[in-house]
Amino acid sequence: MTWLDVLSGACLLAGCALSLIAAIGLIRFPDLFSRMHAGTKPQVLGLLLILVGVGLRLRDWTDVGMLLAVAMFQLLTAPVAAHMIGRAAYRRGAVRQDTLLVDELTPALEAEDFGAGSGSGSGSDGDRQSGRT
Amino acid sequence: MTVVIWVCAAMLSLSAVLVLIRMAAGPTMLNRVVAMDVLIAVVVAGLGLEAALNRHATTLPILVVLSLVGFVGSVSVARFAAHDDKGEGS
Repeated sequence: MTWLDVLSGACLLAGCALSLIAAIGLIRFPDLFSRMHAGTKPQVLGLLLILVGVGLRLRDWTDVGMLLAVAMFQLLTAPVAAHMIGRAAYRRGAVRQDTLLVDELTPALEAEDFGAGSGSGSGSDGDRQSGRT
Repeated sequence: MTVVIWVCAAMLSLSAVLVLIRMAAGPTMLNRVVAMDVLIAVVVAGLGLEAALNRHATTLPILVVLSLVGFVGSVSVARFAAHDDKGEGS
């Protein structure tokens, strides 16, 4: 039981506490976007802390490299997945408008549709016209 | 170390139960996708805890695979949910 083990235990405890906080936020938040806040930020930080704890406990360079790969994949994929989910939710109108303080996307989309006429030039997204309410 | 691991396992179990409640009660499909992401992260954390408790590295490739598969699943569900207007959920 060295000080590395103590540090590893502290990291594991903090990571699991952050994971619990993310789950509580996922239960208690009222909206999809606020639930996405809980599902991305505390969850990813908690997972990184847990990976740091596991790496401090194992202390082998191949294992640490694999844990670094997991952390890198998580940091790369979590914002992309959250962006895709938020985009899909917005395009199909499954967003509570009363919880949004600032909505910059709806005026931007309306201005773009108005400026582009019948949308001949900006028809890159097929789901833009169908999913927006 | 064992006490720390068991406290961590209790917290992870509680968070998994809360995430499962959200996944069952989530009003739309996209809420369930967010809950599925969190649940996969909780599973990764649990496997890491087990590796840290027993000081072995046999489950570390499973962590890599799980993180990639969870990303592909959530992105594909988001893509199909964007096109399906009359689908389940929403």
